[in-house]
Amino acid sequence: MKIQVIVNHKKIQMEVAYDEFLVDVLRRYGFNSVKRGCDTGNCGLCTIWIEGKPTLSCSTLAVRVNNKNLTTIEGIGEEAKDFAAFMVAEGAEQCGFCSPGFVMTVLAMKRELKNPTEEDIIHYLTGNLCRCTGYVGQLRAVKTYMGVA
Amino acid sequence: MKIINQSIRKLDGMDVATGKPLYTDDLVNANALVIKILRSPHAFAKIKSINIEKAEKLEGVECILTHKDVPNERFTMAGQSYPEPSPYDRLILDEYVRYVGDEVAIIAAIDEKTAIKAMKMIAVSYEVLEPVLNFEEAIGHTSIVHPEDNLQVNFDIGMKKEKNITATALIESGNVEKELGKSPVIVEETYYTQAQAHAMMETQRAFTYMDSNGRLTIVSSTQIPFHVRRIVARALQVPKSKIRVVKPKIGGGFGGKQTASVEVFPAIVTLKTGKPAKIIYDRKESLNCTTSRHAMRITVKIGADHEGNIQAIDMKGLSDTGAYGEHASTVFSVAGYKTLPLYNSAKAVRFSGNVVYTNKMPAGALRGYGVTQGIFALESAANQLADKLNMDPTELRAKNIIKEGETNPISGTLDSCTLDRCIEKGKQLIGWQEKYPRKIISDTKVRSVGMAITMQGSGIAAIDVANVTIKLNDDGLYSLLIGATEMGMGCDTVLTQMAAEILETTMDKFVVPGVDTDSSPYDTGSYASSTTYVTGNATIKAAEDLKLKLLKKASEMLGISLEKLDFQGDTIKVLNHEEKVVSLSQIAEYVSAGEGKQEQLMGTGTFGGDKSPPPFIAGFAEVEVDKETGKIDLIDYVAVIDCGTVINPKLARIQAEGGLVQGIGMAMYEDVIYNQRGQMMTNTFMQYKIPCRKDINKITVDFESSYEPSGPFGAKSIGEVVINTPPPAIAHAVYNAVGVHVRSLPITPEKVLKGIWKFQ
Ligand code: FES
Ligand code: FES
Repeated sequence: MKIQVIVNHKKIQMEVAYDEFLVDVLRRYGFNSVKRGCDTGNCGLCTIWIEGKPTLSCSTLAVRVNNKNLTTIEGIGEEAKDFAAFMVAEGAEQCGFCSPGFVMTVLAMKRELKNPTEEDIIHYLTGNLCRCTGYVGQLRAVKTYMGVA
Repeated sequence: MKIINQSIRKLDGMDVATGKPLYTDDLVNANALVIKILRSPHAFAKIKSINIEKAEKLEGVECILTHKDVPNERFTMAGQSYPEPSPYDRLILDEYVRYVGDEVAIIAAIDEKTAIKAMKMIAVSYEVLEPVLNFEEAIGHTSIVHPEDNLQVNFDIGMKKEKNITATALIESGNVEKELGKSPVIVEETYYTQAQAHAMMETQRAFTYMDSNGRLTIVSSTQIPFHVRRIVARALQVPKSKIRVVKPKIGGGFGGKQTASVEVFPAIVTLKTGKPAKIIYDRKESLNCTTSRHAMRITVKIGADHEGNIQAIDMKGLSDTGAYGEHASTVFSVAGYKTLPLYNSAKAVRFSGNVVYTNKMPAGALRGYGVTQGIFALESAANQLADKLNMDPTELRAKNIIKEGETNPISGTLDSCTLDRCIEKGKQLIGWQEKYPRKIISDTKVRSVGMAITMQGSGIAAIDVANVTIKLNDDGLYSLLIGATEMGMGCDTVLTQMAAEILETTMDKFVVPGVDTDSSPYDTGSYASSTTYVTGNATIKAAEDLKLKLLKKASEMLGISLEKLDFQGDTIKVLNHEEKVVSLSQIAEYVSAGEGKQEQLMGTGTFGGDKSPPPFIAGFAEVEVDKETGKIDLIDYVAVIDCGTVINPKLARIQAEGGLVQGIGMAMYEDVIYNQRGQMMTNTFMQYKIPCRKDINKITVDFESSYEPSGPFGAKSIGEVVINTPPPAIAHAVYNAVGVHVRSLPITPEKVLKGIWKFQ
């Protein structure tokens, strides 16, 4: 069936199967930043924004996003770079496979939380797994980026 | 030094941090056939018949392959230098299936849905056999996991396959019985380590196509491109020269991609059909149908005198390699080779035992490669010895550990080591003096500290080889060509730092392409903690070689003898005649267009070391244990590291933090459970719990640098050593808190609580 979506400010018509998950459709349409890391909704790699809210695209049926506004990291290039620079300064990006989902969650958090504590930050990001970095380097980068002492 | 020991940003940092499509599945041709694997539901069975007729006729199915369609020549998927110590015990598809998840048929179709539909239409009838599920009962079991007669070994690894013994090990120095007999204080305990999963975020995957020269091209998320080429050539029985392997960006490896788990499947499909094909493992397949850490049982017996001088250590091991023998003998012997030398005071040491086949997922290489298992046992026993002697465990270490300049019968002469200083600094950082052994926080909560030490190696002595080429391009930039595989740890950056240091220039003057077996210089690959040390040494040689060539060229251009020239990176000047100068771009221009002077300026370097200098770590854990629930909170983890010169402090720190957290996962969370039928119950991230952000509090990493004379700029490795200390240090802290020895990983609240109940 066909759905209409806005991906990164562009209207697109997508041909999707009734049982297809959004992550697979987005990748099929060339939004290759979106990664899949599990089949059980545990890793957060597939996080994109639906109407500005961070959402697991692996747990969202594509048909459910008809007429919705989607954002992937490709759509917020400059903002992503701003934050990425903090990660890179810390050396906290290793293989980078978790980055797209992680960055989307961090940027959503920045919009959502005013003056978060370290605990708030960890809580917000806890659904984003990373097997390489051990998290503490990422936390240093996020804290500097958010201006949290 | 300008660039060495600087926290240079990772060359590919911005690209990978902003989600650029650089990974295997981002690069696949959209027309590639999708491959799915039909897997065995039985732990051990013989395929009686397999009917693919209906499935084959399904529209969109390109081909279905069964054991009748594959070469009958056995191979190993282990990424090791030829001749591999791993047995050739697999076929691409076999008439025997040896674990739940073993491959039965390969289905290639136009899309995933069709492939899965076809898979369900294949009818297989099995003769179900009695599986070997308990590795402690494998030897002499009535079932033989590998009954076939064409299994091969390249050399004697002690295999007795009719007894399910894959390999045996014996490492011995001195008379262990005699020294133990004379020791008044003895500790003897048995430890179990689990089959930890790599759980890299990007699962195993590859795609294949025929290139314009009629050669099979494999694009794979692999740590070992050159080994993959040889492995696939053997498995498919085609000449190596007909295969090309390309490695793009990798989403983590940790040793899981040092085994060629998936490449043979698309490769055989492409060879048979001529069409591009891809295989992407889902998380379940990655956790259930690839490789894991070898689960082990290790019994340690340590003898000491009353003053705490260790006299002898005897380690007896049993390792579970599962259905196939990837890395079986080497992981096992490393559990002794790279642990026993820590206690150089011992007059006699021994490591012995067997690796056995069982009907479970095969084990393979995983960061730490046996040392992690050996260290959990040895360090736990050492801590118990200190306890028995009523001695501070750090003092026991100070008395017995190997020191710089000493010679060990197993590991040879140690040219660089600051382990003693690592322990001292670690004690300060964790606050050992105030916190050891415990503090009562409340009626139910106790805080305590624990510790452990470890070593590893830097590359495999006399086996690993790296070649590096540095090419001056016509634009005056350098290409740094390596065969080592960047997988996130930053080796492209670290090696460029070394080249830039020698060529006295800046990082931006280099490009480092991905690995392609057609154009990259041969390298055994990124494993065994080898890139900084082995490929690093080759990089230095290549840079020096090129530097000399540049000087010679400048001398020719300026008409001035070599010794009067001063190499300044971007320019070469004449000593005392600063105005006489040629720039790198002038040289590049001169050799690319100068009347008959054309030349490709390239420097090459090769390194294959005869030693593997060990890095060291002292690790300290502070925990809070709840006596009512057994819950353990890890408050702080301190690791002080001797990796020689730290080439890039920030990247080294992240490597350490990441490895420690993986070690913490193994220590506290990551459990592998099989049911009675041999099905793995922990094959999703729901059940197999890797640490998440909330599990990690404070991690403190510091360095006590030694200088390794044989290392590049004095460096040793860091990649693997970092994973080893958390299991024994946390077990120790838990013991110090509540008096419970947990000797089987992971250290769960249930085990702690059961231990507490025993006292009551
Ligand atoms: S892919 Fe793992 S949560 Fe979506
Ligand atoms: S950087 Fe590799 S998984 Fe996060």
